[in-house]
Amino acid sequence: MLDMSDARKLVEIRGLKMHFPIFSGLLRRQSGAVKAVDDVSFTIYEGETLGLVGESGCGKSTCGRAVLRLYDVTEGSIRIDGVEIAQADPAQLRGLRPTMQMVFQDPQASLNPRMTLASIIGEPLDEHTKLGKAEKLNRVYELMDAVGLNRAFAHRYPHEFSGGQRQRIGIARALALQPKFIVCDEPIAALDVSIQAQVVNLLEKLQDEFGLTYLFISHDLSMVRHIADRVAVMYLGKIVETAPREALYAAPAHPYTRALLSAVPEPDPRREARKDRIILKGDVPSPANPPKGCNFCTRCPEVMEICREAEPDTFEVTPGQFVACHLYAQTNSEQTAGQAAATEAHKSIQQGD
Amino acid sequence: MPDGAAPVLDVRDLKTVFHTRSGEVHAVNAVSFALKPGELLGVVGESGSGKSVTMMSLIGLLPTPPAELRGGQVLFDGEDLLKVPDKRLRALRGKRIGFVFQDPMTSLNPVFTVGFQIMEPLRKHMGMTKDQARKRAQELLELVGIPDAARRLKDFPHQFSGGMRQRVMIAIALACDPDVLIADEPTTALDVTIQAQILELMKELRERLGMAVIWITHDLGVIAEIADRVLVMYGGQVVEQAPVAELFGNPQHPYTRALLQTVPSLTGAREERLHVIEGQPPILRAAPQSCPFRDRCTHAFDRCARENPARRPVGPGHDAACFWDAPANRPHHEPKAAIP
Repeated sequence: MLDMSDARKLVEIRGLKMHFPIFSGLLRRQSGAVKAVDDVSFTIYEGETLGLVGESGCGKSTCGRAVLRLYDVTEGSIRIDGVEIAQADPAQLRGLRPTMQMVFQDPQASLNPRMTLASIIGEPLDEHTKLGKAEKLNRVYELMDAVGLNRAFAHRYPHEFSGGQRQRIGIARALALQPKFIVCDEPIAALDVSIQAQVVNLLEKLQDEFGLTYLFISHDLSMVRHIADRVAVMYLGKIVETAPREALYAAPAHPYTRALLSAVPEPDPRREARKDRIILKGDVPSPANPPKGCNFCTRCPEVMEICREAEPDTFEVTPGQFVACHLYAQTNSEQTAGQAAATEAHKSIQQGD
Repeated sequence: MPDGAAPVLDVRDLKTVFHTRSGEVHAVNAVSFALKPGELLGVVGESGSGKSVTMMSLIGLLPTPPAELRGGQVLFDGEDLLKVPDKRLRALRGKRIGFVFQDPMTSLNPVFTVGFQIMEPLRKHMGMTKDQARKRAQELLELVGIPDAARRLKDFPHQFSGGMRQRVMIAIALACDPDVLIADEPTTALDVTIQAQILELMKELRERLGMAVIWITHDLGVIAEIADRVLVMYGGQVVEQAPVAELFGNPQHPYTRALLQTVPSLTGAREERLHVIEGQPPILRAAPQSCPFRDRCTHAFDRCARENPARRPVGPGHDAACFWDAPANRPHHEPKAAIP
């Protein structure tokens, strides 16, 4: 894994809020807001992959889009490669687009069906560079080679390709301007299991080749374990835990992370039989009307009085592992107690094995 | 699971063809399997492997045309479901064979209350009065763990969350106490924590009601958790069939083995690169004359191109459709290294 102390911070998000207003009544007055992303902070170091996981509706995709300023954010700071873009105007943003790109979830919907593969991959080049026709085609061919598409397909249309190949087209387009940072929003969710591995391996290969930095958004915890260096877990618009991969999977500290990990069925009947599953009761509350106190207090198996009243602070329970939970606050007077709780969590997980 | 008991459902040589503008697509090719009383049979395969079409075919839910059932037998309680008149099939569906679909939003009618939709099969199939049906509907909602059942009966589907809607679907499928429940990707549209709730509910219901279940999924983890026996489908045919522990511990078909390796694990060693099955699943324009997996198989040899392998026994209750002999006496659970 990367040595964090030396690595440069490529992406720095502080207090990011993305609220969507709700209008109601005869005069369409704003009556509330869907707090899709509510006070989220994280850092991504150059060359690493940060996995952003959570269930549907937790705000992970909105967060990814807000980071690239595909939305006008409500509040907060977004620094990418040293440039503050949270309040940047469209002209300024346009100049910055080549450094930051996105791979979308649905390769069917994100490719224009009336454009050939060469024009799809070449479009960013038209917009941001002054390459001649021949140079541009050459660059398109290079990109197609990089993502493993046959050059002979350059003049075909998206419908002629399978899901996995379409996702390769989307990746080639994202790479066209030699970005430093790519947000991958559920890039494999729409693909079959045997094709997912192909695309993930490609993303890893490209990262090594071009030194890319990824924000990898996914609900697939096993795949995130494979691809990410660090993982952030989101619940109802907030990040509840951020940790290096090994720490998160071996000793998840937040009760939600523990429940989430224990809910993933494993393809091994012998392990399954011995697993102590934490079954969460109920559903995720609405982000338009989150509960008072900790957002997870309505489903948390370890809920306490204070959880229903005050929002938890974030504590570092082991080096690099940050948890927003009151469990670690009680004993926060001595930092070691937090670690004890984490070790205990680790033990219970191992017993679960 | 009583071994050797007469199967509740016996499917033999089922063939389904779709007529499309670009020609025929052979979606189901000579699929045979038997469902024993009380067992949970998991069916895994990628999209297009024919798992859903097989189940839709056997209870006559496919529109014909474009679909055409080209042969086979589906024996259920002494009757061949492919031969009985539509009216008889309608009487069986919903009563003795329940169905749960993938997407709980589109399979519930948005303009009727949930109570009405649960009561419908009770009144149609069981001849219950409105009051009887309402009472039973309430019991069913309680059975599937929906709190405040009496009041919830009056709610419409949009007032329920995804997980709750899937519970309603299960309640409808269970309404008439079916002998067989067919669940087609019932948890695929749900989040993992909700999926865990539904799987837990399913295990509990099976213990209490003892029905046989066919569970279609592409998620090997779900199969490992709930199935007794597993069918692996590829290219419209069953390529491997085994009890669950045997399938995961001692997979024989190269496709099954590769599939198990492509899925990264939550625990255990993390590999530098994921195992990959190169290429794409086939589109079956004609009934396969060769092994459908041959182009992507690392063990394929000349015979695989000449004939389509039949399923042959490879272990106790375990068969696979492959000419290649997996190294005999492989120790249990060593597979990761076995495939080059």
